[in-house]
Amino acid sequence: MKDRLEALKVEAIEKINESHDLKDLQAVKVAYLGKKGPITEVLKGMGKLSAEERPVIGAYANEVRDSIQLELEKKQTELENAAITEKLAKETIDVSLPGRPVKQGNAHPLTAVVTEIEDLFLSMGFTIAEGPEVETDYYNFEALNLPKGHPARDMQDSFFITEDILLRTQTSPVQARTMEKHEGQGPVKIISPGKVYRRDNDDATHSHQFMQIEGLVVDQNVRLSDLKGVLETFAKKMFGEDRKIRLRPSFFPFTEPSVEMDISCFKCSGKGCSICKQTGWIEILGAGMVHPNVLEMAGFDSKKYTGFAFGMGPERIAMLKYGIDDIRHFYANDIRFLKQFKNA
Amino acid sequence: MLISYNWLKEYVNVEISPSELADKITKSGIEVEMVESLNKGISGVVVGYVKECIQHPNADKLRVCKVDIGQGEVSQIVCGAPNVAEGQKVAVAVPGAVLPGNFKIKKAKLRGEESLGMICSLQELGVDTKLVPKEYSSGIFVMPSDAEPGSDALEYLNLNDHVLELGLTPNRADCLNVLGVAYEVAAILEQDAKLPDTSITASEEKAEDFISVSIESLEDNPYYGAMIIRDVKIGPSPLWMQNRLMASGIRPINNIVDITNYVLLEYGQPLHAFDYNRLGSKEIVVRRAAEGEQIQTLDDQNRSLKDTHLVITNGKEPIAVAGVMGGATSEVQNDTTNVLLEAAYFASSRVRAASKDLGLRSEASSRYEKGIDRNRVYAAAKRAAGLMAELAGGKVADGIVEAGKREVNMYSVKMDVSRMNNLLGTTITSEQTAAIFDRLGFSYKESNGIFEVVVPTRRPDITIEADLIEEVGRIYGYDRIPTTYLLSEARPGGLTASQAKRREIRKYLEGAGLYQAVTYALTTPEKSTHFSYTEDAVYPISVAHPMSEERSTLRMSLLPQLLEVLQYNQNRSMEDLAVYEMGSVFINRQEVLNDLPEEYVFVSGAVTGVFNEHLWQGERKTVDFYVLKGILEGLMSELNLSERITYESGEIENMHPGRTAVVKLDGIPVGLVGQLHPALQKEMDLKDTYVFELNATSLIEAETDQMVYQTLPRYPSITRDIALVVDQDLPAGDLFTVIQAAGGELLKEVNLFDLYQGEKMEEGKKSLAFSLKYFDPERTLTDEEVVTAHNRVLKSLEEHFGAQLRK
Repeated sequence: MKDRLEALKVEAIEKINESHDLKDLQAVKVAYLGKKGPITEVLKGMGKLSAEERPVIGAYANEVRDSIQLELEKKQTELENAAITEKLAKETIDVSLPGRPVKQGNAHPLTAVVTEIEDLFLSMGFTIAEGPEVETDYYNFEALNLPKGHPARDMQDSFFITEDILLRTQTSPVQARTMEKHEGQGPVKIISPGKVYRRDNDDATHSHQFMQIEGLVVDQNVRLSDLKGVLETFAKKMFGEDRKIRLRPSFFPFTEPSVEMDISCFKCSGKGCSICKQTGWIEILGAGMVHPNVLEMAGFDSKKYTGFAFGMGPERIAMLKYGIDDIRHFYANDIRFLKQFKNA
Repeated sequence: MLISYNWLKEYVNVEISPSELADKITKSGIEVEMVESLNKGISGVVVGYVKECIQHPNADKLRVCKVDIGQGEVSQIVCGAPNVAEGQKVAVAVPGAVLPGNFKIKKAKLRGEESLGMICSLQELGVDTKLVPKEYSSGIFVMPSDAEPGSDALEYLNLNDHVLELGLTPNRADCLNVLGVAYEVAAILEQDAKLPDTSITASEEKAEDFISVSIESLEDNPYYGAMIIRDVKIGPSPLWMQNRLMASGIRPINNIVDITNYVLLEYGQPLHAFDYNRLGSKEIVVRRAAEGEQIQTLDDQNRSLKDTHLVITNGKEPIAVAGVMGGATSEVQNDTTNVLLEAAYFASSRVRAASKDLGLRSEASSRYEKGIDRNRVYAAAKRAAGLMAELAGGKVADGIVEAGKREVNMYSVKMDVSRMNNLLGTTITSEQTAAIFDRLGFSYKESNGIFEVVVPTRRPDITIEADLIEEVGRIYGYDRIPTTYLLSEARPGGLTASQAKRREIRKYLEGAGLYQAVTYALTTPEKSTHFSYTEDAVYPISVAHPMSEERSTLRMSLLPQLLEVLQYNQNRSMEDLAVYEMGSVFINRQEVLNDLPEEYVFVSGAVTGVFNEHLWQGERKTVDFYVLKGILEGLMSELNLSERITYESGEIENMHPGRTAVVKLDGIPVGLVGQLHPALQKEMDLKDTYVFELNATSLIEAETDQMVYQTLPRYPSITRDIALVVDQDLPAGDLFTVIQAAGGELLKEVNLFDLYQGEKMEEGKKSLAFSLKYFDPERTLTDEEVVTAHNRVLKSLEEHFGAQLRK
């Protein structure tokens, strides 16, 4: 009987090894270990054995059954692995095919530039002030030291709606409004970005609608040298750490002294090229110390408080930064133009 | 303002080159926009003497000249100019010479006659045609007879000069003349400015015997002075004067007119010369014009005047518009012998009014408008009278006949050195300050660091301490001001909640595949009212003086411009487009705009063509209503407003009546989403286009709860699916509402997962399949509870809509 079991074991293992798939294997399992299988048969015949033989054969039968079971499992794992491998092989794809595009737009370059400037000044403790685009003559001109009939009003031909209401020609009225809200108490530390409008014919360098960003600081002991510090920080962050700045005297009705700021040309580093018109310097913004009249009109004591203000054009900055040659591109919104500013 | 470098050097010692000078002037406050060399690449042009001039044997329009070009050398030159003649001194480009445009002169044969060079016109030497004196405008230029043959013609013609173009800000009208610039340059270079000679030798005759002057309003005309110059002989002015005028952009006319222009450029004082004999009276009366009064001006135009204009009259009728233009009747002509020279100070407001209304802007009017130096009027008059004696042989009658006050007192302004240093962040001493005021030619008194500065009348821009601080600062040099950092306490900056939300909305839409556009706020009156979804009466806001009809009226919607963006791109063969804009719209509810209109930030989008595409996998999804609605739903979720937003079908002008929803927040309209009306699509030649527009201001201002964390579910949920058969026109939204209400607390999620309307359905019916998810965060639900809730839902659906479960 022991021989019979031994033969069954050999036979079963042989069959197991011959199995090519899980189905074959299952058949082998049923054939040898099933209720009607030969081992069960053998065990059924145990009753005929002697009391001495019975535990020996019983133990041996279990041993054979366990070995076959073990072999079956081994083979099963093997076949499963093979099946997986085969399946994976069949599942292979061409990873070089293009992926499914994720729809993704981006910001307009002007927004990108404005946001960059906003974030820079936010990090310096400024807040962002806003105001209406349709303004009163008072805030757009008079509160900024530009009374009716002032020659400097010629500098900015305006879109008037009524005698007293116009499209703002600058974002400075936001400064006047903000100062007024502070009721003579400093500090004021704001920037005001926004759209402005002037009666210009649209061409490569002019636009009847454009953007401005202005800044204003009013406090006790604000100095022109501080303005220089803030502007230098701005210039380096926007145009590169090795930029130098230069202040030139200029004129704006709402500041005195007034300055214009040039930066050393980022293209040629000051040697002279077409971008800086051979001068080595590029005009970036206008600024100055807030005119005492403007402070007083907004309710600040100009003996106690001083301040500085600056203003710049995001279009100009974007044009310089990205080498854009025509201001009208910003407003035509050609999708091929807009798409270029993914990483701006 | 164009300033001749050579002319400037007459009043101030300049030892640096024009470009170095320009650099210094720019750094000190006046921007030199350009330094132009009058020599536009000329070499080899000499003075020649035309000894002989005969008709060319083979050409009617040519002459053959024998020209002495110095050192006894006589060259034969063929010349085509009609005015060439024997005895002239002319500019000759000899063989080897170069003219502007790198035009090289060579020996040539013209119709068989040898020609050794070219006799030049001023245009050929690079002078702008409109500056060339009329008599030489279509021929060669004839030089003065004392010009030396063989010498450099450019010297005679002042073509070795340089011209500085100043970009003057409105406060520096003092530099609208050569003397003013001389003062500025003197301060910069630490030199003294020299004044021109204004001495005159008066004749026995007295000016007051020839003319009387009266002024109606001293406010309009604070001062009027008249001088009489007799026996002048009209002719060309000397070449040096013509050269300077041309360098300054003024065409020479005749000696008398040139002198008034010359002194205008020199002193900044507008002057006018009348033909005394043609005045029509012996008096000058300055008064306001009568409404509709007529005058024929120098340019032979008849002009109708207004009562805001100031006129010079002969007591009866206008003979000039004050400060703007003279009249034709009293114009200086070739036979003029006696001249009345006007030197006056007119109020800038009067000159501006007339110059604007008549559309006449001149060198004179622009100077009056910007303000002239009151105390220089008389000096300028004497300077011009003296030149008329010297250059036109006139006799100056004694005295000036005046009305008003000739000079005004100078005022003083105080400046505290310590306050200056506080404002600039500098440590400039009183001594340094005093030295700078000396350089500027300002007189002052100083004690304990307080300066009391007498401001010269040429600098009316200086009225307060800050103006003096700027003067000291700029001459001291802004590059010497240190760089410091604000002393004020550090306060956190940061975006307001509204600003942060606007950025969030932009980021979301870009993430959803839309490109940001920025368009113009001004549109046509017609387009300004498109896409209005409010019921209120609104009035378009138009600007008073638009540049064009296209840009005349403020927008009330962003969509018309976004559609133009689509159009622009489609015209350039870009078909698949998705754009959005965030910007202000302007709503006016007043019939007459007295107060500022309401401004809202809107955010709008327009999408056309394929929205999702992955061709090799067969995916190609054209935009439809649900693409845009999905974007809005995501946005509302981002803004934590999903629960309060509803979409209700609505009819809006220019929108597809069956494919448009009004977006409501708490039941109040805040926007729209849908397809453009096919008629408008056709009109604009657009493909199927879907748009949305939202009042971002309303969405941002809506109060939302602070976000609160929800514990993750610890108990399983139970999902039940139902397929319902309902009437075809029943909106799915209604089913959602009823299901949610009937499901009660336990029903946490309802999703529509199938919509079928087709052949297999009974006529007029459709099937919708929903998946309902029940759960209780506190415990495991029993089947019984779910069944109760679910049956409630089914019953309610049947009661409301007669909805049957699909079999």
